[in-house]
Amino acid sequence: MSTRLAKQGRLIDRNKQIEFTFNGKRMTGYAGDTLASALLANDQMMVGRSFKYHRPRGLVAAGSEEPNALMQLGSGDRYEPNQRATTTELFSGLSAKSQNHWPNLEFDVLAINNKLGRFLTAGFYYKMFMYPRAAWKHVYEPIIRASAGLGKAPDKETKDADTYEHFYFFADVVVVGGGVAGLQAAKAAAASGAKVLVLEQNAYWGGRAPVDGGTIDGEAPEAWIEKTRAELAAMDNVTLRDRCMASGVYDHGYVLGYERLTDHAPGQGGPRHRLWRIRAKQIVTATGAIERPLSFAGNDVPGVMLAASMRDYVVNWGVTPGRKVVVATNNDDAYRTALVLHEAGCDVVRILDARNNGGGDLMEEARQKGIRVECGRAIAKVSGGKRVKKVAICAQNGTGGAQEEIEADAVAMSGGWSPVVHLWSHCGGKLNWDDAQAHFRPDAARPPLGDNGKGFVVAAGSADGEMALGPVLVNASAAGSKAAEDAGFPAKTVAAAAGVDSVEAPMEAVWLMPAQADIGLRMKSWLDYQNDVKVSDVQLAAREGYESVEHTKRYTTLGMATDQGKLSNINGLAILADSLNSEIPQVGTTTFRPPYHPISMGVIGGEARGDIFQPVRKTPMYEWNDTNGADWEPVGHWRRPFAYVNKGESVHDAVNREVKNTRENLGLLDASTLGKLVVKGPDAGRFLDMMYTNMMSTLKIGKCRYGLMCSENGFLMDDGVVARIDEDTWLCHTTTGGAESIHGHMEEWLQTEWWDWKVYVANVTEQFAQIAVVGPNARKVLEKLNTAAGGGMDLSKEALPFMEWRDGKIGGYDARAYRISFSGELSYEIAVPASQGLAFWNAIMEAGKEFGVMPYGTETLHILRAEKGFIMIGDETDGTVIPQDLNLQWALSKKKEDYLGKRAHLRSHMADPDRWKLVGLETVDGSVLPDGAYALGEGINANGQKNVIGRVTSTYFSATLDRGIAMGLVKHGPDRMGEVITFPGTDGKTYEAKIVDPVFYDKDGEKQNV
Amino acid sequence: MKRYSVFAVAREALRYHTGWERAWRSPEPKRHYDVIIVGAGGHGLATAYYLGKNFGITNVAIIEKGWLGGGNTGRNTTIIRSNYLQDPSAAIYEKARSLYETMSQDLNYNVMFSPRGVLMLAQTQHEIRGYKRTAHANALQGVETEFVSPERVKEIVPIINLHGPRYPVLGALWQERGGTARHDAVAWGYARACSDMGMDIIQQCEVQGVRVVNGRVAGVDTTKGPIDCDKLGMVVAGNASVLADQAGFRLPMESVALQAMVSEPIKPCMDVVVMANTVHGYMSQSDKGEMVIGGGTDGFNNYTQRGSFHHIEETVRALNETFPMVSRLKMLRQWGGIVDVTGDRSPIISKTPVGNTFVNCGWGTGGFKSIPGSGWAMAELMATGHSPLTEEFSINRFQEGKFIDESVAAGVAH
Repeated sequence: MSTRLAKQGRLIDRNKQIEFTFNGKRMTGYAGDTLASALLANDQMMVGRSFKYHRPRGLVAAGSEEPNALMQLGSGDRYEPNQRATTTELFSGLSAKSQNHWPNLEFDVLAINNKLGRFLTAGFYYKMFMYPRAAWKHVYEPIIRASAGLGKAPDKETKDADTYEHFYFFADVVVVGGGVAGLQAAKAAAASGAKVLVLEQNAYWGGRAPVDGGTIDGEAPEAWIEKTRAELAAMDNVTLRDRCMASGVYDHGYVLGYERLTDHAPGQGGPRHRLWRIRAKQIVTATGAIERPLSFAGNDVPGVMLAASMRDYVVNWGVTPGRKVVVATNNDDAYRTALVLHEAGCDVVRILDARNNGGGDLMEEARQKGIRVECGRAIAKVSGGKRVKKVAICAQNGTGGAQEEIEADAVAMSGGWSPVVHLWSHCGGKLNWDDAQAHFRPDAARPPLGDNGKGFVVAAGSADGEMALGPVLVNASAAGSKAAEDAGFPAKTVAAAAGVDSVEAPMEAVWLMPAQADIGLRMKSWLDYQNDVKVSDVQLAAREGYESVEHTKRYTTLGMATDQGKLSNINGLAILADSLNSEIPQVGTTTFRPPYHPISMGVIGGEARGDIFQPVRKTPMYEWNDTNGADWEPVGHWRRPFAYVNKGESVHDAVNREVKNTRENLGLLDASTLGKLVVKGPDAGRFLDMMYTNMMSTLKIGKCRYGLMCSENGFLMDDGVVARIDEDTWLCHTTTGGAESIHGHMEEWLQTEWWDWKVYVANVTEQFAQIAVVGPNARKVLEKLNTAAGGGMDLSKEALPFMEWRDGKIGGYDARAYRISFSGELSYEIAVPASQGLAFWNAIMEAGKEFGVMPYGTETLHILRAEKGFIMIGDETDGTVIPQDLNLQWALSKKKEDYLGKRAHLRSHMADPDRWKLVGLETVDGSVLPDGAYALGEGINANGQKNVIGRVTSTYFSATLDRGIAMGLVKHGPDRMGEVITFPGTDGKTYEAKIVDPVFYDKDGEKQNV
Repeated sequence: MKRYSVFAVAREALRYHTGWERAWRSPEPKRHYDVIIVGAGGHGLATAYYLGKNFGITNVAIIEKGWLGGGNTGRNTTIIRSNYLQDPSAAIYEKARSLYETMSQDLNYNVMFSPRGVLMLAQTQHEIRGYKRTAHANALQGVETEFVSPERVKEIVPIINLHGPRYPVLGALWQERGGTARHDAVAWGYARACSDMGMDIIQQCEVQGVRVVNGRVAGVDTTKGPIDCDKLGMVVAGNASVLADQAGFRLPMESVALQAMVSEPIKPCMDVVVMANTVHGYMSQSDKGEMVIGGGTDGFNNYTQRGSFHHIEETVRALNETFPMVSRLKMLRQWGGIVDVTGDRSPIISKTPVGNTFVNCGWGTGGFKSIPGSGWAMAELMATGHSPLTEEFSINRFQEGKFIDESVAAGVAH
């Protein structure tokens, strides 16, 4: 059984007992426990079921590499599946549930898959489930889906109760890992004066060293660790962060840190996780190494654990996974576990050392303590189902004929160590195969390269392949100095601390135990615990030609589980290489991708959620609009009133009221969102002549011109009124959605093509509130305001004619008034400083009462312009339409030598007489044409599609004309006036419409030019 | 080729699966082939497959510089849909979708095509109009789609939040016959079938030069030596412009990284594919239980096949908002693929200035869903010199200005 020991446990506080539940069962642990150590203390070795075969699974590891112990934690809006017990700090009231079983952990119906294991090999699903065809969707797949997955999904209405935040940091050197290598590297880097950030994933510092023993500078490692941590903490240029994992390295020294602030104390205020977005000049990866399992039959039975992890549980948390332990190893390190267990009073029943000659000093020490060590021996098979019961022993060099079977309740295994090279590799760092230690280690000659062509990551300590304490510290010190120097700080030599450790005999690679295990054993030898990939699966993949390591991975799912192959990848590669009669370095690794360890979606999103998911851009009249019935419509990052709906009124009624009132009396539009770009400089006119199809350089000061902008390919991309402000200054209006993109478009041309032209572009959209004062009473209300203010700008037809603008005062406000109209009515668009926008709006509303003033929204804006046949970017255009299609040839300057789109208009298709052209459309029965409907042609095309001859681009009910009106693009449209064409709807109806002139209202412009 | 079936699996199980043969051979290249296809991704393999199946052309080599299916075929988010706006796009994507329906049976390889339905959310008035237009177009193109109400959206996707304060869901375009398939299996199934027809798939073989004699292709020089051919098909996605350069012509193409990611696997909670273009994100759930998530393309050109993080942030923000429960999941893995984007974001399937040389590229962010249709059409073009499906996708359209712009229908990567 696994149990709490009377002694040991350097990380727990035995005076602070903590209550928690597992699968509803009450248990107790101590402060400092992880959920995993606390479960072991309560003799809960079995913690879950595997993904495919639903086999009973126990704890294998003690850190983030754990593949089995995934839990459902919390409830309600704090529920979360797939949390690792080994990285979950215990807290009072923690409620954990094991996953992937039904009805319960002990008895799981889907364990039947285990019995069928022989059929359910790698890739079996690619070879069956094909008949009958419909059965995949309706039978097979639903069953597979239901049995796959791990934890239960959060409830469908879950709204995360926690908050998250983002944090920015700049460092000269980021040291990843707060073990002895990280601390030593940080010390060396900091000594040079560099700004250093040290990230440690655990809540404690020092990594494995205190568990592994030895001395540093003559003291126990713990003393040196605390001393060094305190030294670093006291330095101004050093920042230390624990519970903060570096999860990814990206181009240009971008490092992600994942800080778990309150996972150990949920609901106690403050954000749960913090995402550190770090720019580092240099990164030191002191990320340690991970022990590899051994591949023997039954290596997944609960109670079989990594040897060093077992040692962690004893030393760090004072729990032992078993009382009678067998140790299997191919290296000396596992002897440390045997010695620790022995010291703790456990019975180490046997050490099976696969090496014929066994180990060095540590082996001798074990023997002296009376532990039985057998060399050249292996585990043939572990049996016991839900808990290790028996271990069959055989010769390592054989097929697995068991020579002896002994009783045990736990097995400690060690297949050697693999440096954690993930962060080194994320951005392209290359690896070398180290044959002596049987692992991949960073190749310092091929690091990830920064924009200066030089490396920006340095590996340190065991992450660099150094496995003994002394060399680790020397290596780490050098790494820290190098990083600081490469970050631009003069080298300062720092003597590395002196680490002394037992001398180890060389390890020997053991990829299969026993070496010639028969197929029966190989089918029970696990490589990837979580995804249930066995030695036989990799061999099958190789046999079937899935020879690339990526093919093997994908075919078998090796390394694709939530641990991303931290335990399985190297063992799997070795089996693959062996199957292909190749060498491991030739087979190579799969690609290391961020994150190193899964990070919460919550933290990636950060603060952006709900109301601040995306900040709303607000015009000065936003609050007024909101309290006066605005039915909001998102437009770009703005919101605009679609209509102002009165109590008891439908949106449709409101729109009709607004349309009629604006035509008959007075309407106000909040037009502040319209893009306003100031283009200024000696070359501004020349520049605008290139940007617009019209001539802008000749525009007279004080005048306005409606301009079109085409893309390089000739398609109409934006339109708006341009006003010339002074000799060197133009103000260009864009569509609401186009302000940022047109600004970017202008900048792109200025910066890449005409970089020597003297022009500046500034986006002043938010500097002005702009109000369209529209309708027959527009002049009256403004003149009334002027009168009340004792004078102001002359707004008469003569003083301010159509398509001109003036600066001055209106009603006492600083105003720029444009005589432009997008409605066909008498209209002034008046810009005032944003700070005066609301007051000016209120003033017009007040003064306008006697003139029947009403605000109107975007839908009325659309209808008014459609009644007049004005096009709307995004309705009449969609990126495929050219000005010629819209009868806007008049706006294409013939005088200019060049402008964007001019050359494109010479392409043959642009002059194709079959292009669809703008027309008006009137339904025969007065109804409203459906949005986006297509006009049916005759027959079908070569691909069997019905031929079409046009489409509806805008369609509205016109309250002015009391009927449906529409605009559309129709083949030969302008030549077919009066013809009736057919539009099939998606509602089953067919609509008939007559082709008419697109100007439905006031064709001669009598209403606007007054 | 030994057929795959439940009986074969049972038979092999009894003998510890020792009798399975290679899914595809791994031959050394011959000196000459009738046709060389460069690129053993989905499109290249499908082209070869239909050359053999529809036209009996089997003296074919498919040359791959890495491992087959290792480019975008093995990196995408496996979405299959055909609800495109423009006629040429709808035609080829619908052809592809219909071929996906029977692909498992055709190839005797379960590609797990799962018509679970694709939902494209409308969150602005502009999107509503765009999708209604697409629905009208699709009806005449023979593509079954439907514009559905927010209430129906909630029925189809119970985990969705219709009433996000920023962009409420106003409706959606629903293609019930769209869905997903297992991307690797598509490449592997085609490879197995091609190999079975006697075609040579030559992996780890990089083309280093295209030999052109008198304006016609004569062969390619590779890391495994020169190989001659009568016809050459270039089907190399992100590297198309590099290969075209070797043949002496240019393509109007940019290569950018497209990002994707998966969450840790959870029990089934979403049966359909949802795309939210206003907020920039899309998501489906794989059979393994991972939420498969895609976002946008990086704003700069590169070939590194790894992505930056800012798009991941943008995408996850969008999904946390659209499906609030996602916030309680974890990101397992992110990756990138290099997509080739043309000026109008539509593909090129075309003859080229070099005689007997054909190019199939520019699928941008929408390549996986088109694989069988693309291969079908490219094979027809290469075998006969003409295919109605490829007519509008000719490289000449950039000279004529006859673009096929889908941006109105899909403002986001897909």
